[in-house]
Amino acid sequence: MFSSHKYIAFETIVVKEVRRFSRIWLQTLVPPAITIGLYFVVFGNLVGRRIGDMGGFNYMEFILPGLIMMAVIQNSYSNVVSSFFSHKFQRSIEELLVSPVPNFIILAGFVVGGMVRGLAVGAVVTIMASFFITINVQHPFLTVSVVLLTSIVFSLAGFINAIFANTFDDISIIPTFVLTPLIYLGGVFYSVSLLPVFWSSLSYLNPIFYMVNTFRYGFLGVSDTNVLWAIAMLGLFVCGLTLVCLSLLHRGTGLRA
Amino acid sequence: MAEAIKISNLSKTYNNGLIALNGISLTVGEGDFFALLGPNGAGKSTTIGILSTLIRKSAGDVKIFGKNVESHVYETKLDLGVVPQEVNFSQFEKVGDIVLTQAGYYGLTRKVAASRAEKYLKKLGLWEKRNERSRSLSGGMKRRLMIARALVHEPRLLILDEPTAGVDIELRRSMWEFLSELNQSGTTIILTTHYLEEAEQLCRNIAIIDGGQIVEHCSMKKLLAQLDSQTYVVELSYPMTDVIEFGPLVASAVVLDSLTLEITISSNVGMSSLFDLFKKLGLEVQDLRMKSNRLEQLFLSKLKKSGEGQLV
Repeated sequence: MFSSHKYIAFETIVVKEVRRFSRIWLQTLVPPAITIGLYFVVFGNLVGRRIGDMGGFNYMEFILPGLIMMAVIQNSYSNVVSSFFSHKFQRSIEELLVSPVPNFIILAGFVVGGMVRGLAVGAVVTIMASFFITINVQHPFLTVSVVLLTSIVFSLAGFINAIFANTFDDISIIPTFVLTPLIYLGGVFYSVSLLPVFWSSLSYLNPIFYMVNTFRYGFLGVSDTNVLWAIAMLGLFVCGLTLVCLSLLHRGTGLRA
Repeated sequence: MAEAIKISNLSKTYNNGLIALNGISLTVGEGDFFALLGPNGAGKSTTIGILSTLIRKSAGDVKIFGKNVESHVYETKLDLGVVPQEVNFSQFEKVGDIVLTQAGYYGLTRKVAASRAEKYLKKLGLWEKRNERSRSLSGGMKRRLMIARALVHEPRLLILDEPTAGVDIELRRSMWEFLSELNQSGTTIILTTHYLEEAEQLCRNIAIIDGGQIVEHCSMKKLLAQLDSQTYVVELSYPMTDVIEFGPLVASAVVLDSLTLEITISSNVGMSSLFDLFKKLGLEVQDLRMKSNRLEQLFLSKLKKSGEGQLV
């Protein structure tokens, strides 16, 4: 397949993915915006006023990066897992498997689709937040890099989940029982320095903790963790998960008899 | 004739131990209209699955237009269009988008894709439906949409897995016409079907597969020539009054009622001799039809010989 053909195939998958979540915008774009808006009202405004400052910032400023990251993680993941599993369920994935599209293009198309949705929802949340607080970004390049890498990581993770899923239950188990607890315990709403030693040490085993804190560093210039280490870890996750996805596609796991 | 498909010693054993294909070998010539027949579970869909790379073979070799499907993945896929047995497009997408998306997978530019989509959707009577969601289509339209989708990259080889299943007779005949034209324009077609009349009408060569093995592989003419007798149902204009002696021309005759006969004659006996006999016996024939399709008779006899394909 020529490079130009590969590009057209890639573009086709991405456009199809974006069209899919845009078509159902009431299910994909609006609910996260409402949820995050409620977080701002309840935690940021009502509860946050009693909490006072955290890490030298008012509580709403402190939780904003975590809330954006939460939206990006959840939406990147859920876009890929639900879309790819739907393709499997409706057997429309056969259209792709029969065609000459290489595996890495299939993967790249779905991952970029997940990233676009994650970033779109992240943008909606940021716009919502701008009604409550003044947003300042201390390290724009770092902020953009972290959010891009995080959306890639969770799009890839969603892809793996979809490959192994056999039922619709299988695509909701990981988001409900793994992702949500990791996000909530990843320092979105608090600084780990406030936790007892045991729980604070445990937080360092949570990869989402590093993503949230590095992203927060990009916004506020403060972090509970080493930023370079977090970036390196994100890079390793991207490489490792990409290799796993390509290997699964090559073997045809969950796709070919 | 160059080979469109060459299958050598192809085997497939599924993880549950089921042997779907047991070392089959098959050749389909370029430009052929080829029937792959067999009862349910015979191995037809597995063969098609392996050709289209949806199923991995256990052993053997598969070549499409002289190229191995494993070592020349992209070239062989470009030459191949597949119309599966079951609907496999997104039910939420628009008809036009389904065809355009498929064109994109094959690297066609938007301009080319749009003109091809228009060409095939018009040919298959779906152009007016291009902006409708695919779930709103009837069963027959969905099948035609899958054909349009499979043709958008203009493959040299088209595989149709029961394309007319559940389609009404009028539509089926229009699809036969379309497929014949497509074949005449140079596209090699492989057809699996349970309508044996369809295979007899359209295909020049045939393979019958049963229990994962090829039990017959020859031209349609050669296969039909194997029929040594044919049974006809004869409707008479007036009731028979006496017992009738048909003589040696008729191998057997069964009176179904006073106006209906079932007669079996040798394949060598011409229809004019038969009508002469009726005239001589004073019987006026109102209607005459074959009791069953010729290919159907042969198909069943081949399956009986192979000892498979029977309900248990």
